[in-house]
Amino acid sequence: MVEANTRNLTDTMSPTPSRAWPWWLSGTLSLVLIALLTALPMAVMLLEAGTINWSATTSNVFNQRVVTFSFVQASLSTILALGLALPVALALAHTQHFAGRNLIVTLFSLSLVIPTVVAIYGIVAVFGKAGWLSAVLALFNLEPIKLYGLQGILIAHVFFNMPLATRVLLMTLESISQNQWRLARQLGMRPLSIWRYIEWPAIRGQLPGLALLIFTLCFTSFAIVMTLGGGPRATTIEVAVFQALRFDFDINTAVALALVQLGICLALALLSTLFKAETGLGFETLLIRSHHAHKNYGKTHTTPWSGALHVAVNFVVICAASIFVLAPLLALVLAGFNDKTLWVLRDPQTLQAILNTSVAALAAATLAIMLGLGLLFSARHLRVRLNHERSGHGLQLAGNVILILPPIVLGTGLFLLLRPYADVFSIGLLLVILINSLMALPFVIRILENPVVQTARKHDALIRSLGIHGLSRWRFIDWPQLRSPLALAFAVSATLSAGDLSAIALFGSERVTTLPLLLYQRMGSHRLQEAAVTASLLLLLCLVLFVFLQWLIKGEKHAAT
Amino acid sequence: MLQLDQAYLSLGERHWTFNINLKPSCTYALIGRSGSGKSTLLNLIGGFISPDSGEISWQDHSLLQTEPAQRPMTTLFQQNNLFEHLSVWQNIALGIAPNLRLSEDNIDRVDTVIKHIGLHGYDSKRPPQLSGGEQQRVALARSLLRRKPILLLDEPFSALDATTRKEMIELLHTVISDIQPLVIMITHDVDDARALNAQVLNMQNTSVHLAAKSVNS
Repeated sequence: MVEANTRNLTDTMSPTPSRAWPWWLSGTLSLVLIALLTALPMAVMLLEAGTINWSATTSNVFNQRVVTFSFVQASLSTILALGLALPVALALAHTQHFAGRNLIVTLFSLSLVIPTVVAIYGIVAVFGKAGWLSAVLALFNLEPIKLYGLQGILIAHVFFNMPLATRVLLMTLESISQNQWRLARQLGMRPLSIWRYIEWPAIRGQLPGLALLIFTLCFTSFAIVMTLGGGPRATTIEVAVFQALRFDFDINTAVALALVQLGICLALALLSTLFKAETGLGFETLLIRSHHAHKNYGKTHTTPWSGALHVAVNFVVICAASIFVLAPLLALVLAGFNDKTLWVLRDPQTLQAILNTSVAALAAATLAIMLGLGLLFSARHLRVRLNHERSGHGLQLAGNVILILPPIVLGTGLFLLLRPYADVFSIGLLLVILINSLMALPFVIRILENPVVQTARKHDALIRSLGIHGLSRWRFIDWPQLRSPLALAFAVSATLSAGDLSAIALFGSERVTTLPLLLYQRMGSHRLQEAAVTASLLLLLCLVLFVFLQWLIKGEKHAAT
Repeated sequence: MLQLDQAYLSLGERHWTFNINLKPSCTYALIGRSGSGKSTLLNLIGGFISPDSGEISWQDHSLLQTEPAQRPMTTLFQQNNLFEHLSVWQNIALGIAPNLRLSEDNIDRVDTVIKHIGLHGYDSKRPPQLSGGEQQRVALARSLLRRKPILLLDEPFSALDATTRKEMIELLHTVISDIQPLVIMITHDVDDARALNAQVLNMQNTSVHLAAKSVNS
């Protein structure tokens, strides 16, 4: 037996086989690629900044107005969205049982999947001059509201952010523990005391982070301001950069404003780490999960909110919010079928745009997944095997670079960088893919982080003791476990990319269009029927991408799960 | 001989110096209060953590530069011994081929060990479909298949009910008598040690000179 042991020993002590690749390789590759895509354009911009006449730029009245307007509209949007979301969230929390509740709550999370330009079309169809609201107002001899300008921007921002805030607040409210409700019941608390001592303290902590998120989203909002704003009175920095670059060919102004935007975004990012606020992505990815009613919310013998007044108010609030969110979507779908439908479906430009959009979305999603997995696999080794939580987290943060470098700013840098060497517009689609992949990357990391790190943490000792690594680890351990979150990450990335207007607005041209750009152009030239069909097509494409990609990648479920 | 020579490790506030000599083909039961460093010792030997200084060797070859999978030992953990998404057969086969590419011979070996351990007909089941005892049986089957001269057991049966636990100890006893590895088992139960004819190692101080005592003496 001793002999057998020694024989075993000789083959078990064989030198470590050479590994397929070192653990840091994937992370380094991703990091280098991200750095090339962001640091180089930034450097060129900073070099260009030396030639800017800053005193002239800052004293320019237009520029001053743009910066002021950016702050004003973002602040107003934040206040309105949060102020309206609060009663809606409370009403939904207090009314846990009614038919269609889940549908309404799910509807409120659509803002992630619906492309901004598409929703804008719906908003125009409801609130515009020829829209439904004007028709209703006309019955009472009232003037239609002015959609273009500050009002329109605010309506659109509330349309996107009120539902987001509502779901976050609702989730917070529904996570109040059973113990607190038991206590409230014992003390016989009435709605006002419940609000003061239970609900408000629960929500209070979320508000700064949520407000900061909405402010940032509105501050950097591009498509909405470009379509509904414009002119010196309603232009944000993001749009002003775009206009300086594409319409005025005024590179100095573009770079100056881009740098201002960069500085503000950096400050906002710092502020959110200072608040220790959950970044927006945390909220938004949570929203993808399906919602279930919380049966025990505030459950006492009789619900504290069962009085007639409460019921009536809740009913009105929920109905109003639902109509506000649903009407534009309904208007859009209905408008999709019109005299021009067949014409648009046969129009070569539309078909080419559909093809471009699909290709760009799939390519950007693939790149985003590769970059994300590259970062995460190295971060996993750092965090799980080497126990370096902080450096692992640091590596992952590289994927969030687009949050401080908005697409238009990044695009300006890329434009400057590549202009001497290539015709920027002939490689437009490639640049769109690169920028869109960076825009999707934070979502990819957010969705995949837990599955990648937690499953590894659970089995790391086993994996090490069996010596599973490289391709075998991917094939037998990672892929089966990550398949379904990967499917979600890929679908979200592709959908986001397909609906993006910012990168294509900068690099699109006669030769290279995508559906969002085509839709923007058709809305801009008031070909509303064609725009309606285009919007419906884009919405359909996004839904197909979202559903089909997940179905394709997720595959069949395992028998055991 | 498995030797730990002045193996020093500090983890946060705590530190240990291990001086231990263990003989091949003997069974040792590692006993001590929770937090005394039993698992730490097993992790050191298994290669999941490295000592700050000192030496760990087997038959006079240093183990320090060797990855866990290349060490002459296999570990049965308290939990997470199996991948839930893989079948019983795959979980066991991973023990000899981390890429699941098996020769005909090895396929036979896997089949034999499955029969031997009393899991015939379970090949294509997945761990969540098995009871706790059956799961640890699968893990034990894999450890056997790996034919390493040292078997490390980190309380592998502590989560099982009394009857199953007794069965497992008996199974383990047969297995040990069959292939006679050096066994180090963490346990809280002196009965387990007795059932395996193990010598007891008692972890007490931060400076550990482990001397083995027979349970019956």
